[in-house]
Amino acid sequence: MRTKQLFIVASALMVSPALLFGAGTISGKVTYTGTPAKQKAIDMSKEPSCAKQHTTPVTTETVVTGPNNVLENVVVYISAGAPDESTAPTQAVTFTQKGCQYLPHVLAMRTGQELKVVNDDQTSHNIHPLAKVNREWNKSQPPGTPPLSEKFDKEEFISVKCNVHPWMHGFFAVLKTSHYSVSGENGGFSLPNLPPGKYTVTAWQEDYGTQTQDVTITGNETKTVDFSFKAKPY
Amino acid sequence: MDGRISPAVFLPENPVSSGKMRGRMGRLFAIVVTVIALASAVPIITHHWFWSDISFAPPEDISTHGHAIDDQLSDTMVEAGLSFLAAQILLGLFVWKSAERKSTDAIKTFPGGARIMVIAALVLVGTEILALGVLGQKAWANVYFKPAAPDALQIQTQAGQFAFYFRYPGADGKFGTPHPDKIDEGNSNFFGLDPANDVESRDDIVTGELAIPVDREVHLMMHSKDVGHSFYVRELRIQQDFVPGLDLSVHFTATKVGKYEIVCTQLCGLGHYNMKAYLNVLSQADFDAWMKQKASEQ
Amino acid sequence: MSETSVSAVQHHAPPTSFIRKHVFSLDHKVIGKQYYALALVAVFIGMVLSWLMRIHLVWPNVPIPGLSLLSKSGAPGGVMTPEYYLSLLTMHGTLMVFFVLTNAPFAAFGNYFLPIQIGAEDMAFPRFNMMSFWITFVAFCILIAAFFVPDGPPISGWTAYATLSAVGSDSGPGEGLGQTLWALSIFVFCIASLLGALNFIATTLDLRTKGMTLSRMPICTWAWFITSCIALLAFAVLMPACLLLILDRVAGTSFFIPAGLVISDHLQPHSGGSPLLWQHLFWFFGHPEVYIAILPAMGIVSHILINSMRRPLLSHKVIIYCMMGIGFLSYMVWGHHMFVSGMNPFSSLVFSFPTLMITIPATIMTLIWLGSIYGSKLRITAASLFALGFLSMFVSGGVSGFFLAQPSIDIYLHATYFVVGHFHMVMGVAAIFGVFAGTYFWFPKMTGHMMNDSLGRLHFWLTFIGTYCIFMPFHYLGLAGNVRRYSAFVDDFLVPLIPVHRFITFAALFTGAAQLIFLYNLIQSRFRGAPAPANPWECTSLEWTMPSPPPFDNFGGKHPVVYHDPYQYGVKSSTGDYLMQDSPEEAGA
Repeated sequence: MRTKQLFIVASALMVSPALLFGAGTISGKVTYTGTPAKQKAIDMSKEPSCAKQHTTPVTTETVVTGPNNVLENVVVYISAGAPDESTAPTQAVTFTQKGCQYLPHVLAMRTGQELKVVNDDQTSHNIHPLAKVNREWNKSQPPGTPPLSEKFDKEEFISVKCNVHPWMHGFFAVLKTSHYSVSGENGGFSLPNLPPGKYTVTAWQEDYGTQTQDVTITGNETKTVDFSFKAKPY
Repeated sequence: MDGRISPAVFLPENPVSSGKMRGRMGRLFAIVVTVIALASAVPIITHHWFWSDISFAPPEDISTHGHAIDDQLSDTMVEAGLSFLAAQILLGLFVWKSAERKSTDAIKTFPGGARIMVIAALVLVGTEILALGVLGQKAWANVYFKPAAPDALQIQTQAGQFAFYFRYPGADGKFGTPHPDKIDEGNSNFFGLDPANDVESRDDIVTGELAIPVDREVHLMMHSKDVGHSFYVRELRIQQDFVPGLDLSVHFTATKVGKYEIVCTQLCGLGHYNMKAYLNVLSQADFDAWMKQKASEQ
Repeated sequence: MSETSVSAVQHHAPPTSFIRKHVFSLDHKVIGKQYYALALVAVFIGMVLSWLMRIHLVWPNVPIPGLSLLSKSGAPGGVMTPEYYLSLLTMHGTLMVFFVLTNAPFAAFGNYFLPIQIGAEDMAFPRFNMMSFWITFVAFCILIAAFFVPDGPPISGWTAYATLSAVGSDSGPGEGLGQTLWALSIFVFCIASLLGALNFIATTLDLRTKGMTLSRMPICTWAWFITSCIALLAFAVLMPACLLLILDRVAGTSFFIPAGLVISDHLQPHSGGSPLLWQHLFWFFGHPEVYIAILPAMGIVSHILINSMRRPLLSHKVIIYCMMGIGFLSYMVWGHHMFVSGMNPFSSLVFSFPTLMITIPATIMTLIWLGSIYGSKLRITAASLFALGFLSMFVSGGVSGFFLAQPSIDIYLHATYFVVGHFHMVMGVAAIFGVFAGTYFWFPKMTGHMMNDSLGRLHFWLTFIGTYCIFMPFHYLGLAGNVRRYSAFVDDFLVPLIPVHRFITFAALFTGAAQLIFLYNLIQSRFRGAPAPANPWECTSLEWTMPSPPPFDNFGGKHPVVYHDPYQYGVKSSTGDYLMQDSPEEAGA
């Protein structure tokens, strides 16, 4: 009797954190159908210090694909139903300018989270997030100067350019929720630690737009949700 | 010593302004001005900075029209240089002599007085203006008053903060229509082309370097995306501003294979110092190969 | 008119309060000193900006101590950003051209000495005169405020070409409020200058004392008068141009902005304007402006040289006609700044002709100055040394102008350091030498104290050699094609030239330091210099007939009577080898 009670208490104790902190996961793959536009070669000849860092040709990263028709750099996040999270994480996210490219091409972060911009090149860059909802700013960063520190207060997908090197292009996905994932080389994404509830999952691709799907989590299960975008020829 | 100056400083007894040291000061001025004048001429004559191999000469002219400009420049340099040296040395000489003359000497007037100066100026400057003006008009006309040959290679260039991009018409020989509202630099669509709807733009070749065949006239049509810029290639002896809203152009023929820098010379913003592209003058065969390569990358 | 209009003079009672004596004074002498003090502050700021620029050019990624205090975004960690370099460049040019070169030789010395040299009690409109200075001061404050706005000072150069300057903050950092403040500051400056020019012209034409015919006015008075005529027309064009620029920036007009521009990924909502219109308006003012900067210096230098040489120039009339000729021609040449601007290339040839023609009166003047030294009895003082230095600099700067006047050569030299060398030599050195000469010459009269002439001569030698070391190499760099207004030299053909830039930077810092000798001399002499007599230089013009410093009403309520032309030197008289203009004595043989 006592063992059974202990067992029940232990199970309850094990389950209750899961009930409190959530253990459901939404994961899946992002793929495309059709033929995406060819990524164009980037001519860096005007900046020899960057051009010489690349041994293979550099192309635009508007649509980055992987084997089996997967799409990289797609931001998948909970757009509705996620519990409110008021405090931003203290850890900063880093955006690096290297070889006159932005690394990563798409950087996701929380509203109010610190963004560190690093210049790893021998040339000056001028980082210019073209924000429409947040405050628009641009800042020059000479080589060898300390990282810039900034943050965004409102949710927005912000196109980022360098004023000095027109081919440099990236995105900031500033999100209210911390339940986000950027698809990697295998096109996969994963949104863990979800308490039971009804969620709307949104996938955002910079050229193809957004898609949403509704998912319900009841317990600790992993729900598979796949997104498929129609490629544009141009 | 409380810093006060003897009242004698301004009276004729003052050793510097009116007395014994006057002559010394005058000689010092004459020597300094002559040394400066001669020293200034050295880098012009040697085309190099003092005791170094840093060259100041304009680079080798690789254009068909540039020799007239270079001749004009040398002629002006000789006349200006001689005038400069003569004026500075005369200044030194006259100051030297004048500072030695005693206050009891009579004032002497330069023979001919003001009249000879007016005539000298009219003759010297007048002939210089006539000679250089007439010559110069031809040099200018060669660049600006001759239209581009009808079979010149047509290339478009767009200047925008802070890079030059170039467009070749491609196999169909026609340039697609640019749409400012469709410009998408992150996607390498610098000219705002609309290949989805505009067939002529589909084969346009857009590059970040200007490659041209040697000994073939090029007609470069110039357009600005945003603010004023300028196209300057020293070796081509070409400089022309891009003006927003104006369709301008230059035409030239390059006579030597090589890689040259195109730099922006009109202040256009923070990246002005870093706004350049390479001019690649290639043999016809190399140029054709380059075009093929670029077409495949579009 | 050779008779004075006594009724035109507004008599005003001597001021009693401190404010009326030293702050809001109607006295042209106080106003002249106020302009000089403003120019001194402006030149100091402008010089420091040039040091910062020169240091950044040769040591671009080295932090400059303290710079991040001035601007955290412009110099993070003390390392100057490219846009901050351009901001400093813009403010340097604007301060120097407007607040130094228009203020010091013209407004400062002109205000102080023009009324005295024609025998008047004050300017024709003392109240306008006071307003002119204080409006200039307001313009200065508006300009300096641009340093402290969040986006920083403008980056478009003192020439502020559209569309960079006209579209607002899309075209770059510094193109926000800073550019609007710049345009507003210049607009206000124009108002002050127009009032000043009107005052000078009215005073010269109407308030000359008995016997002071126009031909008996000293050369510097003529120079101030001709400069005022030029200024009246030039500033009248710049003022509306600045207004149109402000309207484009804040009111959505499109005077200077055409359609279809994409700046910072924003399609600009303007259409119908012309960037070339700004260039025409600006340079229609801009070229006469540089003659506004040099003509007073020519006048001051002539006056001082004549006094130091103890003989008049070979011809008084020819010099004055030449100055008039330069003033007249200055309105016909503005397009030589625009040879490759995209305007009709035929216009370029048309503009080059009067540009070359201006060489003629300038050469005549130079030959007359040189020829007058021959056979004279030159006295060497700090003032006369700077006057002689002016001659040397004017030749150097003028000669390089001859290259730029030819459009075909300008194809190669436009926008290179050759141009920068040219205008610095004529404006940045020659005109400033005129100011230095005037200061050493007139300081005793203005303050009642002598300056230390040995320090003055030391100041001259260091500055003369130093400025040649700075600006002569600019011409060589220009011949190599070194482009101007670059915040760093990263292009393949520019990197090898950096050692020359290093030499120039050292020369600039050294020459800048030498100016501290002048500053020390000014301040020390003002308080502890030997007392100055009425006429320390044995000079003939009317300012030397009065005590040093002059009383409030100049001539003590009397109107002097003039008997002679201004340059009776080399004559036998009871005073020595010269005759004052108001002396009834006739010259001996």
